[in-house]
Amino acid sequence: MEEVRLMKGNEAIAEAAIRCGCDGYFGYPITPQSEIMETMMAIAPWNTTGMVVLQAESELASINMVFGAAGCGKRAMTSSSSPGVSLMQEGISDLACAELPCVLVNVMRGGPGIGTIQASQADYYQSVKGGGHGDYKMIVLAPASVQEMADHTVLAFDLAFQYRIPTMILTDGIIGQMMEKAILPPFRPRLTNDEIREKYPWATLGKTADRAPNYILTLELYSEDMEIINLRLQANYKRIQEAEVRYEEFSCEDADYLIIAFGTSARISQKVVELAREEGIKVGLLRPITLFPFPTNEIKAYASQVKAMLTVELNAGQMVDDVRLAVNGQVPVEHYGRLGGIIPTPDEVLEAMKRLIVNK
Amino acid sequence: MTLNDIIDPKNLVYAKTKVMNDTPMHYCPGCSHSVVHKLIAEVIEELDIQDKTIGIAPVGCAVFGYKYIDIDWQQAAHGRAPSLATAVKRLLPDRYVFTYQGDGDLAAIGTAETIHTCNRGENIAIFFINNGIYGMTGGQMAPTTLNGMKSTTSPSGRTVPLSGHPLDMTKLLAQLDGTCYVTRQSVHNIANIRKTKKAIKKALENSMLDKGTSVVEIVSTCSAGWNMTPADSNNWMEQNMIPAYPLGDMKDI
Repeated sequence: MEEVRLMKGNEAIAEAAIRCGCDGYFGYPITPQSEIMETMMAIAPWNTTGMVVLQAESELASINMVFGAAGCGKRAMTSSSSPGVSLMQEGISDLACAELPCVLVNVMRGGPGIGTIQASQADYYQSVKGGGHGDYKMIVLAPASVQEMADHTVLAFDLAFQYRIPTMILTDGIIGQMMEKAILPPFRPRLTNDEIREKYPWATLGKTADRAPNYILTLELYSEDMEIINLRLQANYKRIQEAEVRYEEFSCEDADYLIIAFGTSARISQKVVELAREEGIKVGLLRPITLFPFPTNEIKAYASQVKAMLTVELNAGQMVDDVRLAVNGQVPVEHYGRLGGIIPTPDEVLEAMKRLIVNK
Repeated sequence: MTLNDIIDPKNLVYAKTKVMNDTPMHYCPGCSHSVVHKLIAEVIEELDIQDKTIGIAPVGCAVFGYKYIDIDWQQAAHGRAPSLATAVKRLLPDRYVFTYQGDGDLAAIGTAETIHTCNRGENIAIFFINNGIYGMTGGQMAPTTLNGMKSTTSPSGRTVPLSGHPLDMTKLLAQLDGTCYVTRQSVHNIANIRKTKKAIKKALENSMLDKGTSVVEIVSTCSAGWNMTPADSNNWMEQNMIPAYPLGDMKDI
């Protein structure tokens, strides 16, 4: 029987991780995501599934603990919020280079700097364009409900291991803190070391007599070798772009105008679509669920249907760049956003939409 | 005894451990790393734990440790080896997990990870090469560089007003409740090589006894970084490094 609970988005991530066979969580407290580790510590999964939950001394330590665990083929994760994720960037670059699967959660808050503890989407660039040094990407999922916080946790582990890539759940303080009902995923046992050896022959579980030693490395002295690694990564990103784009459409069939928004902004924009249609303005919403891979082709297709597009983001205009690249000047693309942790109301977004694209 | 007698396998008096592979080492002549690598490999063979040992390599000259010791390895970001080792050991408690780190890695950029890993008493072995200099980047001042010692970033010699005091990290780690065995050794002569090997063995054995973290510092030479011949490096180390970093056990529970 499925288990339905009223819970916070952060709690849903913790519950789903334990249920989907996560081996290790390593984290450091930071608002607005501390409930993830608190929930895990309260559940104490080491008594049931054997999962390790450890509070590290810093985000530097926690991301590198994730590296160590992932290098052993274990399902490892960490979570943090914007400043903490900035601190992790070297480790994320290393994870990407070593092609280690893992799940990272960023419950975004307003920046820059220590910033605010209120919700923001200002880490879009950092998440989808690499963030740390070198040419790399992560798969980035953008949940818009507590249900998706749970579902995306399971999906993130599956995609991470399918493509051997760090996968980020990019969410914000609203989705993390708000309570909704969620259907929890079924329990899935953790893999045994023998199963890991079979499924992930690269894992450092100890060199047995039948194989050469395994190395989890991020250093190559020779440019020729480093280029080979880079080309392999880029080929993987291309495969992901081709196969894993996820998005949701809302009232798009007859739309004259298209809003593109993810996460919390998409929840607000869904109401904007309703309000606009009450006034006779035919607006649709396209909600990217994967931010990398980005639904470029799907957005491009709407450029021959709609008169203009608007991105609604809790930032100064980041995803709007990717939408403009997708439509390549075919229709006007504008951005509306509030900064520093302020959440706009649907009415405010509707007025902005009229000003920026409808009555222009 | 003829040459043929000498090379006859039955007259063999020494053989390289099988856990050490045949890759030519990149270490400079006179460098302590190669001796310490050999000792770790010998201990792994003697304990018969090649299939149960996971090494965590640092950033520094020993980043290439994986090329020489025939076990599974992970390579950490600069200073973070203890964090990797923490996770590996927690998830694979029946494996022998060690970090191999230099003074820049362990006592500068990785200070927080080193202290907290030892304070949590992670059941790992930490092998700490202290040569008082950044070898791989070309001889810059390290936290363990002695007062007055010249480096490319202290060309007139390290001074306290500018750079503070040399950091005795191992002494500090011995104070923590999480460590069970903290010792300082060297490999500049046969007697000390033997003592270091015993220390390495004890540290690895401890990691299965749920006693906490074992730290083996090895006061080491860096002939290239010190601008000395291998023989002069050994003498200089004995006369200058060892008085500042005296050898012996600091803690053994």
